[in-house]
Amino acid sequence: MGRIEVRICGLGGQGVVLAGQILGRAAVIDGMNVVQTQSYGAEARGSAAKSEVIVSDKQIGFPHVRKCDVLVALSQSALDAHCKDLKESGILLVDGDLVSRVPERIDQVYKLPASRVAETRFKSRMYANVVMLGALTIIAGIASKKAMKEAIEASVKRETQEANLQAFEAGLDLQA
Amino acid sequence: MAGHLSSGTHFLQGNEAIAEAAMIAGCRFFAGYPITPASEISEYLATHLPKIGGIMIQMEDEIASIGAIIGASWAGAKAMTATSGPGFSLMQENIGYAFMTETPCVVVDVQRSGPSTGQATKCAQGDVMQSRWGTHGDYASIVLSPNSVEEMFYLTIHAFNLAEQYRTPVILLADEIVAHMREQIHIPPAESIDIVNRRKPKTQEERFFGGEEVPPMPSIGEGHNVAVTGSTHDEFGRRFTADPGVHQNLVTRLVGKIRNNAELVMDFEAYNATDCEIGFITYGCTSRAAYEAIEMARNNGINAGLIRLKTLWPFPERIVQSMARNAKKIIVPEMNVQQLFFEVERATKGATEVIPVNKIGGGEMLTPEELYSQLKGSEN
Repeated sequence: MGRIEVRICGLGGQGVVLAGQILGRAAVIDGMNVVQTQSYGAEARGSAAKSEVIVSDKQIGFPHVRKCDVLVALSQSALDAHCKDLKESGILLVDGDLVSRVPERIDQVYKLPASRVAETRFKSRMYANVVMLGALTIIAGIASKKAMKEAIEASVKRETQEANLQAFEAGLDLQA
Repeated sequence: MAGHLSSGTHFLQGNEAIAEAAMIAGCRFFAGYPITPASEISEYLATHLPKIGGIMIQMEDEIASIGAIIGASWAGAKAMTATSGPGFSLMQENIGYAFMTETPCVVVDVQRSGPSTGQATKCAQGDVMQSRWGTHGDYASIVLSPNSVEEMFYLTIHAFNLAEQYRTPVILLADEIVAHMREQIHIPPAESIDIVNRRKPKTQEERFFGGEEVPPMPSIGEGHNVAVTGSTHDEFGRRFTADPGVHQNLVTRLVGKIRNNAELVMDFEAYNATDCEIGFITYGCTSRAAYEAIEMARNNGINAGLIRLKTLWPFPERIVQSMARNAKKIIVPEMNVQQLFFEVERATKGATEVIPVNKIGGGEMLTPEELYSQLKGSEN
């Protein structure tokens, strides 16, 4: 499969770091080499946050994403800051209710109602990140569904495992 | 020794790998004070260390934290603390005390941007010289520099082993990037990992502070007459605060036990190091960009090489000197405003041109492209 570079960006509190960790863990379960990094502000909520995952069948040197194959943006400010780093052939996933302006040059854009689904189905926007991962799994196929589910179980608190797995399924359904 | 995880492949954060390795190395006492980007080490050990009979204690500050691990070590435990720049500064006095009293312990400094509070969540490599010269007086430090999650694991175990072998504090100088990144890591079966334990005295009469390069270390509570002092002392631990000979003997031995064994302690990875025209001397997270730059150079017919230091101190100067004999230029990339660069210049004694490449602020790494363009620019 070569090398895929993914960046998930949004605001602190939206779960972008956890989303990157789940994706990275799933790719490791699938037997790939993975480096996952993150960047966030000193504040617990509201500052710019991003999480990056590099998946490769070879050893990975430089750990940061320079040009992404896949960009997931959960806020307008995050998309505005990061869309310049999306490859021309790259795939963009946005939360369609939180991001309204998407640059025209990007061909492959998926607008997904992740936070709306999270709010109506699970009564909390906290699940939007995992809904997004479901859609991402269908669209980009970086890690297998089975590995993603295993990674979710291993990454979230036991009390929220069931809801997170359902959120993942809801995300899969968005693109089914 | 048992850790929390079973052997096999895991997806771990660098800080978690340090904590897991510490448990496997035999660490049963951890004291620390929370600080970004090192807190996950405390969090992991708070959750898991008590399950294997260890103690994790959050102290009131970093001075108390290192005080507590020195005490724990003298009570017979393998002990560790973890912090970042501001806390590392606070610990310096007691690091000197640990050196002077020959107390094995591990101090993790996960470097972030400084000085002072700097950019608390952002990566830097600005504590290289502090890790060597941070406390006062004459001493020699052992400082290890990991560049991956897996190496966080192995160098933590190595840090404990060196601390026990040489009865000295050992500093694991990590950085925010490697500490916070997650990678796959293969944890081997515990029984396949070599663990070193301090040599204990065989009789009541042994000298615990001299008589040989690394004397045996008793534990408090075992019935030995042992006085532990940071003041100058003879081989029995008796204070001599004016006698020039006692001080000379003691400090010469303390520095000597590291310097004389430097070749055994130092570790590095070399690629085309002694035959290259242009070489990198690199360490920590920055080395990951350097490896990619070397690959780009090779694809473009540039004869480049690399030395990655796993031991910053003692500084592996012989391999650096070997590179300098043939290389026209040596590039030292760092996320600071020149630190190890000066040591490379010192070691190479003018044999070749040494070029610093530096970047600070925002935790932004030197990229492979930036380093490759340095290689290319230095070709002529």
